[in-house]
Amino acid sequence: MTTIAEEKAVREPHTSSHHVAEILLRFRELGIVLALVLVVVGAAIVNTNFVSLTNVQQILSGAAIIALLAIGETIVIITRNVDLSVGSVLGISAYATGVLYVHHPHVSLPVVFLVACGVGLACGIVNGAVVTIARVPSLVVTLGTLYIIRGIDGAWAGGNQVNASMLPTSFNRIGYGTVAGIPYLAIIAGVAVAIATYAMRSFRTARDFYAIGSDPPAARLAGIPVGSRVFLAFVLSGGIAGIAGAVWLSLYGSVDAIAGVGYEFQVITAVVVGGVAIFGGSGTVLGAALGALLLNTINSALDVVNISSFWTSAIAGALLIAAIAFDRLIAVRVAPALRTRRSSRG
Amino acid sequence: MSNELAPPLLSLEHAEKSFGAVHALEDGIVDLYAGEVHGLVGENGAGKSTLVKILAGVHRPDAGRLSIEGVEAIFDNAKQSQAAGIAIIFQEPTLFPDLTVAENIFVGMQPLKRFRRIDGRRMRREARAVFDQLGVKLDPDRVARGLSIADQQLVEIAKALTTNARVIVMDEPTAALTMTEVDRLFGIVAALRARGNAVLFVSHRLEEIFAICQRVTVMRDGRHILTRATEELTVQSVIRAMVGRDMDALFPKVEAERGEVVLKVDRLTREGAFTDVSFEVRRGEIVALAGLVGAGRSEVARAIFGIDRWDAGSVEVGGRRLKPGSPTRAMGAGVGLVPEDRRQQGLVMDFSIERNVALASLDTVRRAGVIPRGAERRFARDWALRLQLKYSRLTNPVWTLSGGNQQKVVLAKWLARKPSVLIVDEPTRGIDVGTKAEVHRLLSELAAQGVAVLMISSELPEVLGMADRILVLFEGRVTREFARADATEDAIMQAATGIVDQAA
Repeated sequence: MTTIAEEKAVREPHTSSHHVAEILLRFRELGIVLALVLVVVGAAIVNTNFVSLTNVQQILSGAAIIALLAIGETIVIITRNVDLSVGSVLGISAYATGVLYVHHPHVSLPVVFLVACGVGLACGIVNGAVVTIARVPSLVVTLGTLYIIRGIDGAWAGGNQVNASMLPTSFNRIGYGTVAGIPYLAIIAGVAVAIATYAMRSFRTARDFYAIGSDPPAARLAGIPVGSRVFLAFVLSGGIAGIAGAVWLSLYGSVDAIAGVGYEFQVITAVVVGGVAIFGGSGTVLGAALGALLLNTINSALDVVNISSFWTSAIAGALLIAAIAFDRLIAVRVAPALRTRRSSRG
Repeated sequence: MSNELAPPLLSLEHAEKSFGAVHALEDGIVDLYAGEVHGLVGENGAGKSTLVKILAGVHRPDAGRLSIEGVEAIFDNAKQSQAAGIAIIFQEPTLFPDLTVAENIFVGMQPLKRFRRIDGRRMRREARAVFDQLGVKLDPDRVARGLSIADQQLVEIAKALTTNARVIVMDEPTAALTMTEVDRLFGIVAALRARGNAVLFVSHRLEEIFAICQRVTVMRDGRHILTRATEELTVQSVIRAMVGRDMDALFPKVEAERGEVVLKVDRLTREGAFTDVSFEVRRGEIVALAGLVGAGRSEVARAIFGIDRWDAGSVEVGGRRLKPGSPTRAMGAGVGLVPEDRRQQGLVMDFSIERNVALASLDTVRRAGVIPRGAERRFARDWALRLQLKYSRLTNPVWTLSGGNQQKVVLAKWLARKPSVLIVDEPTRGIDVGTKAEVHRLLSELAAQGVAVLMISSELPEVLGMADRILVLFEGRVTREFARADATEDAIMQAATGIVDQAA
């Protein structure tokens, strides 16, 4: 024993840098709220119309759709997968909802939402099955279904359009109605985000999503049914995107074959800006929803301060890169602390 | 100590396991009694890991019998092993970095309250209770990312205790720990023993085995060699049991003329990997880096070749200093590296044989920026002939070759550059005996032609048979240097397990 005993136990003072990193990550939501406040105050100073009731309502309603989609996308990304098909699912579900009303004008609201959800679930089941059974990377699978679903949607809709006049007022009111000035859509999205945030914290299945994304082989070793959990994540994402399709139709009133084109990128950007790690394992639904709100607010702010809307995409892109760079930076800062600590044995 | 009348908590009899043609375990025997710490020792490749993985439910044995408290058990997966009360603490634990410590302990079996919601408060309280029991301070709410290896092991041990595991297997748990952490772990192992657990302690540090184990099992070449009470053994007798095999005269060592120093490594240090490593390799010399897995040998090679940066020291090739972290410079100075993992690092498995051979010599094959197929093929055919490569067509992807012939392709790739220094990392791992001898002959010829060869090998007969000088690394430091004439398996093994010869 004497031989190793002589080895110094000189240990370098343990750096607290990763504790700082932890705090930063935990308060990611706070950072977004701060950014949100800055944008709102800045835009309001330039143009007071920005904080007018109608404009705020518009921002909230627009963000609500993306926030809904972001709930499902967050779940999928947390499992270290991605769902690129959400925009197409939203599109086909919105069109299905419209067609349902055209053929059955008196169908009740719950049935409408069940049908919309069902359309989305079907898409999610296909995505989930191909990813988990055929073991094809989800990036490829959902890129494929993005085009397939859009193609089906296009073939089905042709050049047709469903207008607000073909939809009952009770349905349209979901899109424009407000309670105490707050749009129904914002309330729907808010409640959904609150439920999802709580559920993601409180159920074993939800914690399994995090474990899977954090370290897939370890999840398998820990006895987590990885395949069925990933499948579930895609089904949830599909179902939520289906519901979002009906909500989308209520907001915009008319639907054709190109509803929701490109939404997948807005959603993924919102999720990543909202602090969900692109390689899974961490992040919250609340953060993703705040990300959606921030992006929509910036979009609107640029509009009122008369900056070309072309810049919106550029700024969204810059935010996305900044968010990922931020995460990388933290990871890189943690790594040397670990390495040095291990080396203290020398 | 152990009550010999009661059935052992766990007993594995005559377990066998093969992977393809490789017999990883031919006769695995171990029995663990309540309240004992049982040491398991053996050289690299002795079958310890395979045995541990059988207990873990990761591998299913091809033959043999496993029983838990006298009842036969068959594990198809890790879950069943856990359910049978076996917990494995691996050298590098597999925690979920994004989950909190408490969540890691209870993953998949979180305490629930109404509506199947996770009872976070109870989870944290129980985690804290287990840590108190272990006498350690660890915040259950902190995420696992950034925990030291020692703390990660503690989380795994806490997990084992919360699942009421009776058998705890620790696979080289101390390899990455500091002295104080090892002491703390020993305290915990003693506490586990007092609770009536059985601990299987796999380690290659013999002092540790003798310090905490009541019984020791020695394995060699996939076979059980002996199991005895620790008092009946000495370090010497254990080492003899670990290595005790006949030297085979397979090694066609050609005496080469030594020339000037080609590779000079001076006080090279990379934090966390190796410290203060100095040596020289002359023209025509084969120098072996011996030591156990994880001693830092491959890391030294990677640093010399420029894959990893070094923190201090210098490397000179042919009198010129190399820049840290630049494989291109190292190659330019005449260094070649045949890596340990040829599938991942040595070859592009989907490329054809000819493209792999020519890969490092594109400068010579290339004409005005274009690589003519014909020239590439002639080049490859020439080298295939010289190395007696067995192939059907040069255009076949390289994965169609056997392991030994794949290794020849890697060698050809570097030899074609006419290196002055060739580093070979485990050159004959996973290669059949016949091709092994050919690789040895090749290395020997190379040295004879004036190449400085630095060979990393875990096979002691290979080291003793091939090397002119042998440096032994232990935990990132050179513990001994042997001239060819002075080296014996026992002496190398002692140095590799950190036992410093008093006479030295």
